[in-house]
Amino acid sequence: MGVSSFISAKLAAVTTVTMLSLSAAPHMAHADECIAPSNPGGGWDFTCRTIGRILSELDLVDGNVQITNMPGGVGAVTYAMVDAERSDDEGLIVATSTVGVTQIAQGRYPSGIDTMRYLGMLGADVGVIAVAADSEYETLAELNEAMVADASSVVTAGSSGAGGWDHIRLLMVAREAGLEDLTALRWVQFDGGTDAVTQMMGGQLDVVSTDLGEIAGFVESGDIRILAALSTDPIPAFPEIPTAISQGIDVTGYNWRGLYTGGNVSDEAYNAWVEKLETLYNSDEWQTAAVEFGLVPIWIGGAEFEAYVREQEQVMAGISRDIGIIE
Amino acid sequence: MEILTSLGLGFSVAVQPLHLALLLFGCFAGTLIGAMPGLGPVNGVAILIPLTFAFGFDATASLILLSAVYFGCMYGGRISSILLNIPGDEPAVMTTLDGYPMAQKGQAANALAISGVASFVGATVAIVGLTLFAPLLARAAIYFGPADYFALYVMAFATIGGLAGVDPRKTLLSALIGLMIATIGLDPATGIPRYTGGSFDLYDGIDPIVALVGLFAISELMFLLEKTIKDRDTAIKLDTWIPDLKVVFGTGWATVRGSVVGFVAGVLPGAGASLGAVMSYSIEKQVSNKNGSFGKGDPKGVAAPEAGNNSASAGALIPMLSLGVPGSGTTAVMLAMLISLNVQPGPLLFERQPDLVWGLVASLYMANVMLLVLNLPLIGLFTRLMAVPTWALMPLVVAISFIGVYSISNSTFDLYIMIAFGVLGYVLRKLDITLVPLVLGLLLGADMENNLRRALSISGGDYGVLIASWISIALYIATAAFLALSVWLALRDKKRAADAS
Repeated sequence: MGVSSFISAKLAAVTTVTMLSLSAAPHMAHADECIAPSNPGGGWDFTCRTIGRILSELDLVDGNVQITNMPGGVGAVTYAMVDAERSDDEGLIVATSTVGVTQIAQGRYPSGIDTMRYLGMLGADVGVIAVAADSEYETLAELNEAMVADASSVVTAGSSGAGGWDHIRLLMVAREAGLEDLTALRWVQFDGGTDAVTQMMGGQLDVVSTDLGEIAGFVESGDIRILAALSTDPIPAFPEIPTAISQGIDVTGYNWRGLYTGGNVSDEAYNAWVEKLETLYNSDEWQTAAVEFGLVPIWIGGAEFEAYVREQEQVMAGISRDIGIIE
Repeated sequence: MEILTSLGLGFSVAVQPLHLALLLFGCFAGTLIGAMPGLGPVNGVAILIPLTFAFGFDATASLILLSAVYFGCMYGGRISSILLNIPGDEPAVMTTLDGYPMAQKGQAANALAISGVASFVGATVAIVGLTLFAPLLARAAIYFGPADYFALYVMAFATIGGLAGVDPRKTLLSALIGLMIATIGLDPATGIPRYTGGSFDLYDGIDPIVALVGLFAISELMFLLEKTIKDRDTAIKLDTWIPDLKVVFGTGWATVRGSVVGFVAGVLPGAGASLGAVMSYSIEKQVSNKNGSFGKGDPKGVAAPEAGNNSASAGALIPMLSLGVPGSGTTAVMLAMLISLNVQPGPLLFERQPDLVWGLVASLYMANVMLLVLNLPLIGLFTRLMAVPTWALMPLVVAISFIGVYSISNSTFDLYIMIAFGVLGYVLRKLDITLVPLVLGLLLGADMENNLRRALSISGGDYGVLIASWISIALYIATAAFLALSVWLALRDKKRAADAS
């Protein structure tokens, strides 16, 4: 209850200042803006609203950050607009995540990764491999053995379609374990991690690959067992869950949350944003807000992040080709 | 009694002044939002979420407010269905079928009273069900696999046949158009764009709300334009302002049947209030349509779907709270809000935050009484709305439609889609093709397809999976029995008509 009131109070503050900034907008020449390429309520919306609020609380921007929702095409509508109209707008940042990179890797955005300048990631949801509490698979090794021996005997599922991030990171684990024909593994799409877990508890599925955040309640209640967390270090909230790396499978699968800006923004403005975001990342405000939203705070910024995004796109494109999602 | 202790705790939470005020405001705002074409419970709840954040309400207060709005919408949706022949929200589609003809016959006051009482009974049945069976029912519902859901959707489509269509071929055509439109957008299973013509605006598919407003409100405007030229006198004369209690209580059994059917549809994850209303109406039509009065203003055709959609909306809270799986579109939005307030619905919620769960349940009992009081005395006011000439009312309806649709995603593209559907609706209605099966295809099509594909993914392409569980077999048997009954009744009617002549 205390925690909820705390967030609510903060959100109240940001909503109020957003309204003030809207009314003051005509008088301000260059109000900074964060576009969430989705409807209110999702992860991208959270990224913009929380970062916008903390940026102004820490006085890293003049006045307030205006939040705009621009849904459409899983971020493609915003991507096209920024490319065509605002590629040199130094006051614009746009929320993105692993989902955006997946879309780019599969050619579903109007232009490629080089069109934008990627600023940094500030937190991530950690991918996990889960089975029902009464499953025959006790460890990741047992599951891997079964998948490699007869891939079609294991029914897997998650919150994305075939070729989505939940699917791809499971395939990365399976490939690392020695599975060659990735198309042999059965994949079932659900609209959310909770839906998939519920079906698994009902006995329809064997394995669920998805973000831990949404299904944490089922872990606490003992309904499901997590075989592996796809992170470099154990998750602070669940230190007893072993990582895949500790079990000899060198795979990480973060669903990171970050931001990009237009492709023609000057180096000076780009570096200024990276610096501001790093300051924000190190603030208590962000560390608290991220954990409350179920994220693990992680910072990668600037040139290092640009390289990270490109490498991730390559991995995704490769697996997408292997399973026939793209040619 | 453990349940009574829990309810006692719930009422102690619910009677806090802030919660009571939110409840009253939510009921009033919900009825208003539900009554406005295009602004359904999903939008209503979505629009109010920023408000709960702005005022810094905690999860319990927010959930009480949003649930009151949700329930209010279910009451309010019937008002425009009956008075304007435009469903205020998706679940109220069925109420237009007999509600509007009743209003045309000068029985608007009766139709509104019947639907108000039916809403109250339906919601009460479901809230009692929620109280008693929440953990139990949710545990049973998780045994529904994709193949079972598919069987359920097949059943839903089979029941449309007995709905409003005079010509079964036209009903089928209408349903198929709806199903086809439902495939537009990114394919959820593979992410491949289908029928988008390269437009990113179509990646997310056609929003059913946008289509619905176009089909019903905009096409209605076109009919009005046409009528104005031919015939200016379209206002309906009212015989009475006060409902006839005999008519109202004559629908008792229809209300009870609708409540039970709606509750079952609501508890099933994803099915929601629309299916609850459809199934309640179809079943009531099969039970009570002795002399072909359904579709021509039968009071039972108003009572059953209203009881059904209200009881489904309360039932939909069961899987949302106890499993974290939304039972309807609106509960999905509420779930998103809870997660953003750091409340994780799921098996543990009842143990960890009993004040939230039981505070909500107790609030629902109170909201339902408030809504009945708000909605019965207000009937006079709403029937007076009918006295406003259509030429004065329609521009307002169209303005509200445009604002409502634009407020969903702030996209002008949605406005074009709405107008396109308005033209489609006008053309189909001119061809005497009923629009309800189209809407159902549009609403249920995506889920039906997803569940079929999930079932086939699980089995590796073996169609045998569709009849592998006793749940799906039972549903198919029920569907077959339903169809057989429909055919038998139709043949009997035909024979009687032949004998009479």
